[in-house]
Formats: sequence, structure tokens, C-alpha cells
Amino acid sequence: MHLQLIVCVYRQVLAKAIHSLSRIGDELYVEPQEDGLALRSVNSSRSAYACFLFAPLFFSRYTIPSGHTFRCKMLIKSVQAVFRSLASLEKTVEKCHIELDKHKDRLTFTLHCKHGLLKTHNLSFQDSESLQAVFDKDSCANVFRAQPRLLVDTVVHFPPSLEEVTLAVSDERMWVRNHVEEDSEQSKAMLTELCLASDEFDHYAVQAHNSITFCLKELRGLLVFAEATGLPISMYFDDPGRYAYPYTVVISDSVLEGDFVLATLSDDPNHRKHNTRRTQTPVPPPPDDFMNDDIDSYLIAMDTSIAQGPSTTCPPTPALAESTHSKEPAAANHRTRKHSEEEEEVAEGETADSGRPPNKKFCSLFFGSVLPSSSQMSTQPVTTQEVLASDSEDDT
Amino acid sequence: MKFRGKIVDVACLNHFSRVITTISKLTKMCVLRMTPVHLFFVLSGKVANGGVSMWCELLQANFFDEYQMEGVSAEDNEICLEVTPENLSRALKTVQNAVAVKVKLTKKHCPCLTIAAELPTLSSISRVVTHDVPVDVIPRKLWYEFKEPSMPDFDVSIYLPPLKTMKNVVDRMKNLSNFLVIEANLNGEMNLKIETDLVSVTTHFKDLGNPPWGGDASQDSESQSRDPEAMAEARVDIRRLQQFLMGQQVNPSKAMCNIVHQRVVHLILLHEDVSLQYFIPAVA
Repeated sequence: MHLQLIVCVYRQVLAKAIHSLSRIGDELYVEPQEDGLALRSVNSSRSAYACFLFAPLFFSRYTIPSGHTFRCKMLIKSVQAVFRSLASLEKTVEKCHIELDKHKDRLTFTLHCKHGLLKTHNLSFQDSESLQAVFDKDSCANVFRAQPRLLVDTVVHFPPSLEEVTLAVSDERMWVRNHVEEDSEQSKAMLTELCLASDEFDHYAVQAHNSITFCLKELRGLLVFAEATGLPISMYFDDPGRYAYPYTVVISDSVLEGDFVLATLSDDPNHRKHNTRRTQTPVPPPPDDFMNDDIDSYLIAMDTSIAQGPSTTCPPTPALAESTHSKEPAAANHRTRKHSEEEEEVAEGETADSGRPPNKKFCSLFFGSVLPSSSQMSTQPVTTQEVLASDSEDDT
Repeated sequence: MKFRGKIVDVACLNHFSRVITTISKLTKMCVLRMTPVHLFFVLSGKVANGGVSMWCELLQANFFDEYQMEGVSAEDNEICLEVTPENLSRALKTVQNAVAVKVKLTKKHCPCLTIAAELPTLSSISRVVTHDVPVDVIPRKLWYEFKEPSMPDFDVSIYLPPLKTMKNVVDRMKNLSNFLVIEANLNGEMNLKIETDLVSVTTHFKDLGNPPWGGDASQDSESQSRDPEAMAEARVDIRRLQQFLMGQQVNPSKAMCNIVHQRVVHLILLHEDVSLQYFIPAVA
């Protein structure tokens, strides 16, 4: 009963899943369950969570002691080291054993290579609490499914350094754009907007016309995985009015399911109004903008006098001034986000929407931390708290 | 002030994007001057740029299928913008496979050059991506700074060896010194030299040929009587030369170098419809 054995014909997808998880957080949470092997990760600010569940059918043999739960966590880097240089592994490895020895606190990966060569990696681990993001994707108003290529082709238009994108939806279109803050430095940044038609998606269901803003980094990590495996991506999100309104992305096939839950940027009521307005009367629909060949519709009236300097040539229009105003506090708060995220950790789940300052920040995901079973209680009495505190320090 | 252009041909789009990428490797900011016939990318030799100046000239008709513009006024029918070529380059690179690309001057949160591209899709509705690249409009009183530089009264003009070869040489010399002496004569010989306390390295190129500038150029009777063996030289910041050689995305049909003895190195690349001139000042 102390031995849990998993054998699989070596499949790259396992290594790719681990690589994808490493883009999220520093630790890998391993939990062999009845319904398969769960690998999870969460980022330090708890704004992104990912879980891969490999069904028992994925493995050629999957045995776990019944009626006994076991969980552990370890540094994801050490697991990645096992699967370093994917290309050469693909050629040489025939079989991979994964074995959990609870007595010795060892997770053993044995790679059976050609010519009888054995590579054994013993990794030590710590006990951990269960890690599970609480999010009901089935209740989401907006559901999309697309081939990974569509999202890869979308993301490619944004510079690698870009942190966040905003995604807005209407009945027929989805807009993806970056957000340019209105202060002087940032105004030099390029604003990019991409419009996707609903029929580019395999499934497109919109009940709430709204927009969400989220980090691109984790999405890129997940896209690498989705593209490599060619599995379709489903996205679920809901009304930004709720306290925590994560955005879930699911990749699945019959033996594998990947769930990514990404926090979205919350807005102050002002900003939300701004958002709603933006999505309901979306910035001039790009296709029309594109088709419009009347040069007068996009003239610039400026610099008609010789003496004028460039600074006086662009007086803000009233509409522009308004949007500047609503974004200014947001911009300021954005810089302090790191800080407020930590506050969020502490106040997790307790803060009412009304009591929140008019902040623009990422909501921490609302995690249900299940208390460990009695046997584990003895070794790790306060696991739940321990993790919440230890993770909130270094924000990436 | 209005501008709107449309590129449909993939080859033109590709070429345009390569020209702009080349420029983006040379400078962070430059001035884009648009006239009804030409597009110019200009960098004027200010101290802030290390004294380097650049002049790149494109015929709009060779790139744009449609091109409409209305300058500041009827007599000054030009538009002068300060742009970040890096942004333009990035925007154009992501739309390389577009069905059509429009470039237009727009007023968004600030004046922008908007690059709107229609991307191919399987769907009935096209996928459209727009990049708004912020620009600064340059007032007419400053336009005088961005006129075409006059051809310097050079001592020697010579064809350059293949730029890749030259780049390999310069890259290695860069490890040894910060300055490079470029010298050439009217006998088709060019030398790249570095001299430090520890080492002197010279790479000799020969049989390069000297462009026949004819009577109209600055090569007057005085320099024709010049001794073909006599070298004209200029000591330049090696990084400037490296930058020029590194960024090359346009495969020039002709590459030339004019040297004004101890004053300036004038590099010229010609490629069908594009010409790029680059001036590197000599340092003492």
C-alpha cells in the first residue's frame, strides 16, 4: 500500500504538460487519484492555476492503493530536469515508470531507454494540501471552443513583452486588444486590436456582452501545449461584476484534461461602466473601418499653421478626455498591484464587492483548500495556512 | 492632412516590411516624409544620434496599389511624421500573409499611423487586425532639417565587397577595438584597419572597382588628377558601421562607399526602387 506504480509508454505529452505547468508556478502538486493522475500548479500570486488530469487509460498500468489519498508537491524544476531535451528523449525512451514511495518520501521516475539503458531520477517531495481552484465553468455565460491555431495566430500579433490583453465579445465577434495607458510614456506604445468572427470558432456562445482582461503569459504557456498536442481549447468566462470571475481554459481529449483558471483584472465601477460602454458600442467595428475607403473619414486635422508645435496639435476630444479620466486611477493602482494582491490573499473570500476600493487588480483565485486527511494531519497540522502564506511572497 | 495607402501584393508588402526592418536596425526614431510620389525615411545628423544621418528613399508607386495623400497645404503637399520604425516593423511583420494591408494616418488617442490588415481565414467574415503606431506630427518650421543631404565632395568612391563578408570582418574587429579606419583609393582597393596598443589588424580588399560618377558628381578635375594609389581614410565608431552592416535586410544590387578624407564615410545602397544613404562622421 505504500507503493504506487504508474507505468506508461513514454509519451511526450506528459513532459509537455509539465513544461506547460512550469510556466505557471514553481511547484508541482502531484496527486494520484482514482480517476487518474493529477498534476497541478499555481502561481505565486495565486492568479493563475493549472491542472492536468491524465486518465488511467493514458498509462499502460495505473495502480494506486484504494481508499487512500495521497498528495505531495515538489519543485517543478527538478521534474523538468527529468524530461530535459525532449527531442532526444523522444528517440531513445521506450517506457517511463513513475513510482511514489511514501516511506522514503521519494518520487521515482525511471526512463527505460534503448539498449537497456536505465535512467532513474529520485525526487524528494513534501506533503501538501489539496489544491483546487473553485470555479464552476458550467455556469458561465460565455463559452467558446477553438482550434489552438486560431488562438496562436491571435496572440502572435502582440509583442512578447506585453503583459495583459483585453478580450471583448459580442454576438458575432470577439475583439482582442492591448491596453495602452494614457500617461505620456505609455502613449508611445502601439495599440493593437484583432477582431475574430464567431464562425472561426468551433463553438461560440455569448450570453453576456462583456470584456475581461487577463495575463498573456499563462495563456502563452498553455498555447504551447495546445499547439503541440493539437487539442481544441475551450474558454469559459462570466460577468466581470462578480467578486472573482476567473477565466477558464480547458484542453481535453479522452485520456487527458487540462484546466487552466486565470484570474481576470477587476475594475472599479467606473471602469466597468467604461468597459460595458466599450463593448456595447465597440470601437468602430474594424471590418467596416477596413472596408471604408473614404479618405475623409480618417483625416487628421492638425498642424495647419506653420508656427504651431506638435504638442498643441492634438487637443483631446471630449470623449477621449472622459476615457482618460476613468483610466487614470486605474493606471495608478496598476502599479501598486503587487502589493494589493497580497492583501487580497489575506482577505480571501471575505471582502464584499461594495467594500473594495476602486481598484484595478487581479483577483486572487478563490481556492478551496481541503484539509488533509487525519493521517496527514499529524505531520502537517496547518497545511492550509502554510501554503497561503508561503506562496504570497515572491510575486512574478 | 490625410494619408491612406493600400498594399495588396504580397511581394510588395514583404519588400516594404524588409525596408522598414532595415531602418529599424539603424535607428530608434526617425522621420517619415510623405510626398505624392515618394516616401522618405530621414535621420538628421544630430549629436544625439552620434552624428549619424540617414536618407532612405522609396517610390510609393512601387509599393502601394492605392496611395492618396493631402499634405499640410497645396504648396507644401507633404506630411512629416516622427515614427518609431521598430513599431512599424513589428506591425508589418505580423501581417505578412495578409490579403490586403492599409496604412493610414488616423487620430486615435494620439496621431497614429494605423496599419490595418485583412488576414486570410476560412470564415466568411475576414479577420482584421489593426496596429495603431503613435506618431508625432512635425510642424513645418522644422521641416528644413529633413531635406536630402547633398552628396559630399568625396575624395574616393568605391564599390563595397559583399556586405556579409564585410560584416564578418567588422564583427571580429569589434572585439578588439572601438574604432575602425576605413580607407580606399581610386585603384579599387579598400582596407579596414584597427589599431590598438597591442594589436594592429588590417583586412585588404582589392579589385572592387570605382563607380563612374560622370561629370555631374562632385568628382571634379582635381580628384581626377588624384593619384590612384593614394588612400583617403576616415576613422569611425565601429558600432555605427556594424549597425549598418547588421541590419541589412534589403539585398542591394549596388553598395558603394564614398570617403571624404578624415571627415565622413558615406554609404549608399541601391536596390531597384529603394535607395539608402548612411553617413558616419569620422572621429579624430
